[in-house]
Amino acid sequence: MSGFEHLTPLILTVITASTPLLFAAAGELVTERSGVLNLGVEGLMVTGALAAFAGTYVSGSAIIGVLCGALAGVLMALVFAALTLSLLANQVATGLALTIFGLGLTSLLGSGFIGVTVENLPKLYIPGLSEIPVLGPIVFGQDAMVYLSFACVGGIGWVLARTRVGLILRAVGASHDSAHALGYPVIRIRYMATMFGGAMGGIAGSYLSLVYTPMWAENLTAGRGWIALALVVFSTWRPGRLVVGAYLFGAITVIQLHAQGLGVAVPSQFLSMTPYLVTIMVLVVISRDRLKIQLNAPACLGRSFHPAQ
Amino acid sequence: MLRSTLKTLALAAIGGAMLSVSAQAEPTKVGFIYVGPISDHGWSFRHDVGRLAIEKELGDKVKTSYVESVSEGPDAERVISQLASSGHKLIFTTSFGYMNPTLKVAKRFPGVKFEHATGYKQAANVATYSARFYEGRYVIGAIAGKMTKSNVIGYVGAYPIPEVVRGINAFLLGARSVNPKVSVKVVWVNSWYDPGKEADAAKALIDQGVDVLAQHTDSPAPLQVAEQRGIVGFGQASDNIAFAPKAQLTAIIDNWDKYYVERAKAVIDGSWKKGDVWGGLKSTMVSMAPYTNLPADVKAMAQKVEADIIAGKVHPFAGPIKDQSGALKAKAGETLDDGTLLGMNWYVEGVEGKLPQ
Repeated sequence: MSGFEHLTPLILTVITASTPLLFAAAGELVTERSGVLNLGVEGLMVTGALAAFAGTYVSGSAIIGVLCGALAGVLMALVFAALTLSLLANQVATGLALTIFGLGLTSLLGSGFIGVTVENLPKLYIPGLSEIPVLGPIVFGQDAMVYLSFACVGGIGWVLARTRVGLILRAVGASHDSAHALGYPVIRIRYMATMFGGAMGGIAGSYLSLVYTPMWAENLTAGRGWIALALVVFSTWRPGRLVVGAYLFGAITVIQLHAQGLGVAVPSQFLSMTPYLVTIMVLVVISRDRLKIQLNAPACLGRSFHPAQ
Repeated sequence: MLRSTLKTLALAAIGGAMLSVSAQAEPTKVGFIYVGPISDHGWSFRHDVGRLAIEKELGDKVKTSYVESVSEGPDAERVISQLASSGHKLIFTTSFGYMNPTLKVAKRFPGVKFEHATGYKQAANVATYSARFYEGRYVIGAIAGKMTKSNVIGYVGAYPIPEVVRGINAFLLGARSVNPKVSVKVVWVNSWYDPGKEADAAKALIDQGVDVLAQHTDSPAPLQVAEQRGIVGFGQASDNIAFAPKAQLTAIIDNWDKYYVERAKAVIDGSWKKGDVWGGLKSTMVSMAPYTNLPADVKAMAQKVEADIIAGKVHPFAGPIKDQSGALKAKAGETLDDGTLLGMNWYVEGVEGKLPQ
């Protein structure tokens, strides 16, 4: 590697690989903080990916496309919420079903969009600033979605830590009985949090089908929803650590491909494994300190709430 | 997967209903199992085109059904035996990893004929077939050798198995036949189908200075990256010009139609025998998509290489061939035999990096 001219494109690729993970994980983090475990992130993402692609293709506008993606994610999340929160279905089973449903539904509805292409999202360009070597294209040359992902994480962090809304949301996740006794509408708050997670999952999917690989193909997400789920635990439910996790995962995924191209003498199978290996290792290290987990983990995660109980 | 299983069951049910109504016009049931979705615009899609060719050619003499996106493992065995037990007389298992499940099920259903793609184990009722894609890869290699200015060509590979390694070697030999300075950089994604990762691999290669991109993975994502970054590349398994109108130079197209129709006919008239067919450009099992975005002289050269392979004048693996260590694998005047090609687990000289074992 001869320095910076290799570094900039590498970082740009890492950003593209990490952004969808960050969106989906941030949404799931809010959902889980309210005590709802939605394992259907993969389903939310893939539905959002198709809706965003179809919306962009039909309307010609990427903004409408992303809105379609978010809306599709919300609708999917509503199905999940109705089943688990109103009908008290098991959250784990329903989440898994949501993924399978999303993958099947999109392959059925998406058949008409295979083989067509849409315009890529435009990148920001500020004369002068975007031309600064190395930092310019990284900091001032991204598409709007990248900035939005950081704004979302920052916003979520601030809301959870500093506002009344965040406090109530966390209370509902920590002890739904107490929150209920205090007069908070537990079910309604969980609906909102789940729908927010749906919107974010949908936006994550939009990023895949509009920026990452601007096309529609079945199973476009290829397991990224599951990575997003793992990242939430990895972050111990804290938004700041989520950024670290998403970028760490994205970086290792991309760097191992670069390493292969440069002829690093490590078997490619092992390199392919490294992102997962590192995630597991960090999880193990974090889990050794039980206090840290318990401090932030929503105590009512995955438990159904019924006011009459 | 669920959807297609239901579809198969529905088809089976309809098939059963028809049997009871008109026993004399009993159609022969032909089943297919695909590793990817038929909408992958690549490998599985082309097999399904073959299935449709059977339906078109043989009309009401056959009834076909398929199950898509079946992973290579215990799932495959279950799906194959389900197809066998629901009255299918001929079953095409269209991925390398279906080899052992196919053989296991074949043992239990001696009356059913099986056709396994790209495998090497046969049985009394299991035939194997594959295509000499390497002939097509030699042609695109020659094009790449002419088109590259940096003399470094990128190659996105799925898994380091002989099928893919053979393709890389044929590609390099094709490129070196017109440009001895060419080398090939390979990045493995360890997946047949992951558009995001395939795109990342393509970006990594382009960032490292390749100006022509070839791929042996199933999605058009790498080609699409080539289009975005303004370099050129090749379609995989089917014509992907829609994804890269400026970047696709040609594509290697898998053509199973003729073979599938022949084999279905053979089952109907009772002449089916086990065998091992390995067809290439000559038998049209492999064909080239239209040559596009090429200067006239390169296009003429590509057409000549293609014609020479068909005529037998050029063999992609004709000696002298050296491996990476410089050891002579084939002397001048020799060609590597099929056995060597099928088990190929070494890079020819000119491929960069070490082959993962």
